[in-house]
Amino acid sequence: MQKFKTIKSIPAYLPIVNIDTDMIIPKQFLKTIKRTGLGKNLFYEMRYNEKGVPIEDFILNTSPFNNSEILIAGKNFGCGSSREHAPWALLDFGITCVVSSSYADIFYNNCFKNGILPIVLPEAKIKELSEYSKRKEEIIVNLEEQKITFGNNEIDFEIDQFKKKCLLEGLDDIALSLEKNPKITEFEKKLSSNKPWIFND
Amino acid sequence: MSKTLYDKIWDDHLVHAQEDGTSLLYVDRHLVHEVTSPQAFEGLRNSNRKVRKPNLTLAVADHNVPTSDRSKGISDEESRLQVETLEKNCEEFGIKLFGMDDKRQGIVHIIGPEQGFTQPGSIIVCGDSHTATHGAFGSLAFGIGTSEVEHVLATQTLVQKKSKNFRIKVDGKLSIGVTSKDVILQIIGKIGTAGGTGYVIEYAGSLISSLSVEQRMTICNMTIEGGARAGLIEPDQKIFDYLKGRPMAPKKENWDKALDYWSKLKSDNDASFDKEVTLDGKDIMPMVTWGTSPQDVISIDGRIPNPDNEADEDRKNSIERSLKYMGLKPGTAIKDVKIDKVFIGSCTNGRIEDLRDAAKIIKNKKIAQHVYAMVVPGSGLVKQQAEQEGLDKVFKESGFDWREPGCSMCLAMNADKLKPEERCASTSNRNFEGRQGRGGRTHLVSPGMAAAAAISGSLDDVRKYQN
Repeated sequence: MQKFKTIKSIPAYLPIVNIDTDMIIPKQFLKTIKRTGLGKNLFYEMRYNEKGVPIEDFILNTSPFNNSEILIAGKNFGCGSSREHAPWALLDFGITCVVSSSYADIFYNNCFKNGILPIVLPEAKIKELSEYSKRKEEIIVNLEEQKITFGNNEIDFEIDQFKKKCLLEGLDDIALSLEKNPKITEFEKKLSSNKPWIFND
Repeated sequence: MSKTLYDKIWDDHLVHAQEDGTSLLYVDRHLVHEVTSPQAFEGLRNSNRKVRKPNLTLAVADHNVPTSDRSKGISDEESRLQVETLEKNCEEFGIKLFGMDDKRQGIVHIIGPEQGFTQPGSIIVCGDSHTATHGAFGSLAFGIGTSEVEHVLATQTLVQKKSKNFRIKVDGKLSIGVTSKDVILQIIGKIGTAGGTGYVIEYAGSLISSLSVEQRMTICNMTIEGGARAGLIEPDQKIFDYLKGRPMAPKKENWDKALDYWSKLKSDNDASFDKEVTLDGKDIMPMVTWGTSPQDVISIDGRIPNPDNEADEDRKNSIERSLKYMGLKPGTAIKDVKIDKVFIGSCTNGRIEDLRDAAKIIKNKKIAQHVYAMVVPGSGLVKQQAEQEGLDKVFKESGFDWREPGCSMCLAMNADKLKPEERCASTSNRNFEGRQGRGGRTHLVSPGMAAAAAISGSLDDVRKYQN
């Protein structure tokens, strides 16, 4: 996983609540066996018409937002299906930071596995930031300091410290868990005697 | 200290409590399907890792499979490649797979219980948000992303942060024509699509315990539509009777040991919950969704809401957007809404009792001329059982199409989908924009309500057709 670095980008604001993962990446693109290449299909049905032609006034089709690395969106972002294709599509498009007042649990976890930072802010702060985004000026997201800087203003954000560390260091959590192998083996031994039906042997 | 059922299952699977507040939990059962697994297996290969416990894993192709004639295989190239990739991965890593021609093939959340792979008190995961279904057995079951699928394959564990406890109590009795689908739709309408975010829900109360095992699965299945990753119900004798003798259920002395353990699985009487909601069965009507989120729900006697009556700006905009997409006007009686298609199936309502419910309504009647209606049984075994009972004939004689098992038009990854602006009464779980096909308009209902809509040609009240 890529290490998360400080982002300086013009944020794009999508003023819709309950954006579900079907919207982020529709099912016809889930047939892939790869993690990459989904960026062109991100928000497909909002971004292209039925003939596949880009819809001009959709924010991610307009300059400079077509190069945004930060997406601001309405509450309960990423609800619905568990498809990790949703963060893969965001990442492949170039978005590495989402800002919303709340997220669905599975999507939220999936972001961290892919080097995407989902920031939670109170509604009032979202409003402030989305207003600022109309100016089409760069903002700075600094994970190390847990700070968003826009113009002369700053917003601090909270984040789980372990998740922060994993993002900053680009840690492979499977490798971390495999270090616990002796504990897992010990657990399995107990399981085998206490609940023999689990292993069915 | 007194504990909830969720607390107990959690504690019983704790491999290691880590300093950062997360926990490493042991996973007893892992279900795998073709859409969310290829990148996980690729990850294992790239880092030269093996599957730690292949026999705790069960795989099946369900999302992409055709529900019409399968003798020619899958015509869509990408779908075929994905299904073939699953076959190859299962062979390479030694995982049991129900292939497309196996009569046990079906939707992953139907076959787990059917095979006795799903068991009380266990932790069950799958790269699919509707894994919550298995919570009906008193297990902690939740959906995970593909990276987590890889983590489980490699370590048989998951790193998790504990959720809060939420109890939803439903007492009383179901009125005639009302099903567990209506109960869960009403619950989602009440708590909202994010009402359960950060929680595990325990469903309790006299109405919940009066439900059959399959009806309970419908409730737990849609827990994720209320934002909670897992929903569970204390297991009881109905659950034990259901599991006994199933192919992957414990046998002989293991059965006795398991039963002894399962019988003790319940929340302590004085366990405290962080959030509680109570419903009474007498207030639950046949429900139908009008919008593009499962929380957009009204009773079949209801009218489409007016966004102008909403004080909350976000909610107002969201209703306006939904109504535009759905092609509906505020104030319209939902019963006056004409439909084009009917879909009966999915992991929510594709089991034998669901098909019986719909068949009872449709028997000796014809579907409306302008309606196309299909039944997609949840598994090959559900299909076989239905055919033994003659349900296939009931459906076919009334004008329904009788299909092969799979996820089908619940998410329209295969050839079964809505055309733009087509309107469908569907027993599935999501009415999101484009879910059943680009521009398609979904109304979520129970199997009986779907059958009633097929006959009337409009959304209709199933109670009209009850004897």
